[in-house]
Amino acid sequence: MMDCVEDTNNDPLSAAAPTPSPATIDTKVAKKKPNETVSLVDNSLLVDISDALSEKEKVKFTVHTKTTLPEFQKSEFVVVRQHEEFVWLHDRYEENEEYAGYIIPPAPPRPDFDASREKLQRLGEGEGALTREEFLKMKEELEDEYLATFKKTVAMHEVFLQRLAGHPVFRNDSHLRVFLEYEQDLCAKPRGRMDLFGGLMRSMTTTTDEIYLGATVRDVNDFFEQETSFLQEYYSHLKDAVAKVDRMTSKHKEVADAHIKLSSCITQLATREQPPTERFLTRASETFDKCRKIEGRMASDQDLKLADTLRYYMRDAHAAKAVLVRRLRCLAAYEAANRNLEKARAKNKDVHAAEQQQAEACARFEQLSARAREELLDFRTRRVAAFRKSLIDLAELEIKHAREQQELFRKSLQVLKECA
Amino acid sequence: MSEESDTPPFSNVDINNDIREEDPFASAVQEVSLDPEVNDANEGLEKATIGAPPPTITTTLSSPVLEEIATERANNILITVTEPQKIGEGMSSYVAYRVITTTNMPIFREHEFAVLRRFSDFLGLHEKLTEKYLRSGRIIPPAPEKSIVGTTKLKMTSTPSTESANGSNTPGSVQSQFVERRRAALERFLNRVAQHPVLCIDPDFREFLESDTELPKATSTSALSGAGVLRLFNKVGETVNKITYRMDESDPWFEERSSRVEALETCLRRLAGACEALAHERRELAARTHDAARACAALSGADPHAPLSRALSHAADLHEKVEQLRLEQSNTDFFVLTEHIKDYLGLIGAIKDVFHERVKVFQNWQHAQMQLTKRRENKAKAELANRPEKIEQAANEIIEWEAKVERGQQEFDTISRVIKKELERWEEVRLTELRATILRYLEEHMKHQAQSIRFWDVFLPEARAIK
Repeated sequence: MMDCVEDTNNDPLSAAAPTPSPATIDTKVAKKKPNETVSLVDNSLLVDISDALSEKEKVKFTVHTKTTLPEFQKSEFVVVRQHEEFVWLHDRYEENEEYAGYIIPPAPPRPDFDASREKLQRLGEGEGALTREEFLKMKEELEDEYLATFKKTVAMHEVFLQRLAGHPVFRNDSHLRVFLEYEQDLCAKPRGRMDLFGGLMRSMTTTTDEIYLGATVRDVNDFFEQETSFLQEYYSHLKDAVAKVDRMTSKHKEVADAHIKLSSCITQLATREQPPTERFLTRASETFDKCRKIEGRMASDQDLKLADTLRYYMRDAHAAKAVLVRRLRCLAAYEAANRNLEKARAKNKDVHAAEQQQAEACARFEQLSARAREELLDFRTRRVAAFRKSLIDLAELEIKHAREQQELFRKSLQVLKECA
Repeated sequence: MSEESDTPPFSNVDINNDIREEDPFASAVQEVSLDPEVNDANEGLEKATIGAPPPTITTTLSSPVLEEIATERANNILITVTEPQKIGEGMSSYVAYRVITTTNMPIFREHEFAVLRRFSDFLGLHEKLTEKYLRSGRIIPPAPEKSIVGTTKLKMTSTPSTESANGSNTPGSVQSQFVERRRAALERFLNRVAQHPVLCIDPDFREFLESDTELPKATSTSALSGAGVLRLFNKVGETVNKITYRMDESDPWFEERSSRVEALETCLRRLAGACEALAHERRELAARTHDAARACAALSGADPHAPLSRALSHAADLHEKVEQLRLEQSNTDFFVLTEHIKDYLGLIGAIKDVFHERVKVFQNWQHAQMQLTKRRENKAKAELANRPEKIEQAANEIIEWEAKVERGQQEFDTISRVIKKELERWEEVRLTELRATILRYLEEHMKHQAQSIRFWDVFLPEARAIK
C-alpha cells in the first residue's frame, strides 16, 4: 500500500491534483495512458517474483506487479501465489478457445526439492564415514545445490508470468488480471489424489486426441503436416537430450564432490608429515579444493546453459504440439459442420442455420490456422536465437572455467615446486 | 643371579658395531659412479618432473645411520618393462614381458640388455629376495598381486590386445588395461629393487635381468600349489603370532616409527579410496558424456534449421572428444595417483613385515636369555646340592646358551640397525616420489584443461555462426 501511494505521488498527473481519491486517478490514467502503452509496450505491465518462501512442501511466491494499464485497480501491487495457482492460470489459457491458435507458454514445473532432500538425508546417515570437515563441506555443497534449485524454480515461475505479461494478447486476459491482483487464494489448492487423477485424465485425453485426430482427420495443408511430424520427432529427441545432459551434469557434480574427500585426505596426510612436506601437501590439498569449486561451477553452468535451454524448449515444443492438436480438433469441428450442412441440404431443413454454422467453423479454422502458422514460425526463430545464445554462453563459460583451472594448476605447480 | 642385572636387554645396542652380513656389498655400492645424466634418466623413469635430485639428507645428518645412507646414492640403472605378449593358448598360456635394462654399473656385463620374463618369474624373484633379506631387516618392495580373475580372463581371450599396452596410449579394453596396469606395476617393482643398494647387487636379481636362458619355473608362486597352501598356513600362524605376542618396546625410535607407519597406513588407505572414487566418478562421467553426445547428434539430425543443426552436430562431436578427455583424466587419476598410493600401501606392508621380523628375532633372543637364566639356576641348585657332574654339565650349557644369547642380541642389534637405515632410506624415497607424483598429476591435469580449452575454442565460432 505504501509503495502504491508513493508511486502515485511520483506520477506527474497526481502532482497536478494533490489529494486525489484512487478512483479519480484511475479514470485519469485511463484517459491518458492508452497512447503511452503503444509507445512503451514493454513497461505497461511488469511482473516479477520479488520473494519466495519455502514452507515444508509448499513454495510461496510473492508476485509483484507494476503496471500502467487501466484495467488494474492500482499501479503496483503484491500477491502471494503457490505453484498450483500458476498451473491453474496456465489451464485457463489452454481452455480458452480464443487462444487456440497461440502457443501458450508452458506452465512452470512443480518445485522439486526431493533430490536435494534425499541427498541431505543420505549425507546424514553416512555421517560416520566422513570426517567433520568433509561433512561440513558436503553439507555446504548440498545447501548451495538446494539454493540453486530454489532460485531456478522461482526463475521459471517468473519467466512464465513474464511471457504472459509481455504477450500482446495474453496480457489482457481477465484471469491473468485476477491472478495478479486478487489478494486472496484462488482456490486452486491441490485436491490431493483427485486432482492428480484429473490432471492425468486431461493429459491422457490430449494424447489420445492427438493420436485419434491424427489418424482420422485428413490434413490437406503441407505446412502443418510437416510441422506436426517435425515437432513430434523434435520433442522426443529433446526429451532424450535433456535426460542425458541432466545425467551428465549430475555426474559432473559428483566428480566435483569427490574432490572433497581427496583434499581432506591429503590434509590429513599433511598433519602427519614433517614441516616441509606438510607445507607441500597442504598446498596440494588447497589446489584440489579449488579445483572442486571450479568443477562444481562447470557442472552448474552446463546445467544452466545447456540442460535448461533444452528443457525449456522441450516444454515449448510440447506447447506447440498442443496448438497443432487444437487445430486438428478445430478442423474436425469444421468437417463435422460440413457434414451437417450436407445433411441439412439433403433434408432441406435448417439449411440456413447449418450454413451459418459451417461458415463460422470455416472462419474459425482459417483464423486459427493463420495464427498457428505465425506462432510456429515464430517458435522456430525464437528457438534458434535461444539455442545460439546458450551455446555461445556455454562455450564461453567452458573456456573460462578451463582457463581458470589451467591457471590454478599452473600456479600451484609453481608454488609446489618452490616449496621444497 | 646378579650377572643378569648387569646385562639389561638393550644396554649395549651399539649402532656402530661392524658385524653386518652385507658388508662385502657395501663397498661395491660405493664404487658406483654418480653420473648426473643417468640420475636424471632415473627420475624420468619414476615419472618425476622435477629436475632437482632428492637429497634432503643435510638436515638429518646427525645420526650415524644416516651417514651411511648419504654414501648410498641412487643406482645407475634403469629398467623398462615393455611388449607384454601372450604366449600359448588357453589355460596354459601366459603373458611374457620384455625386461630391458640400461646401466653402467660395473657388476653387469653389458650396458644394455633385454630378457623375456613371465609374471611368475617376477613373483619368484620376489620370493627369493624375501627369503634372503627379510630376516636381516630389509624392506623388500612388494611384487604386484596375483589376480586369478584378471589372468583367467586374459587367458580366455584369443586375441591379446598388446597394442595399447604401452603407457602413453589409452588402454581400450578391460584386458589391455589389466595388462597395462600389471606392466606398470612390474616396472615399478623392478626399479624399486634396482634402486635398493643391497637388493640391486643380489645375484638372483642380476640373473633375472641378465640371464638369457629361461629361469627355472617358480612353482611355489602359484596360489593353488602345495607351497602356496603351506605359505597360507605360515601366514596364518604369523598373523596369530602378531596378534598374540606383544613385545615391550624399549627403543623409542621403533615405537615412534611403528605408530607412525600405522597412522600413515590408515591415511593412505583413505586417500587411495578417495582417488579411486574420483577416477571411478570421472569414468562414469565419460560414459554419460558419451550418451549426451549421442543424444545431441540425434537432436541435430532432427533439426530443420541448417546452421543450428550443424552447430548441434559439432556440439555432439565436441562432447565425444570431451568424453575421450574425461577418460584420459580418469586414467590420470588412476595411473598417476591411485596406483602410486597403492604401491605405498604395499611398501608399508613390507615395512610391517620387517618390523615383525624384528619382533621374532627379539623373541628368539629373549628365549635364549630365559634358557640361560634357567641353566644358571640349575647350576646354582647343583652347587647347593654339591653334585659336581651336574655342575659341569650346567656350566657347559651355560656357555652354550651364553653364546646363543650373544648371537641373539647381535642379531637383534643388527636387524634393528638395518631397519633404521632402511626406513630412513625409504622415508626419503617416499617423500620424493610423493612429491613427484602430485606434481605429475597436476601437470597432466593442466594438459587436459589445455585440451579442453582447444576443443571449446574450436566450437565457439560454430555456435556464433548460427544465423
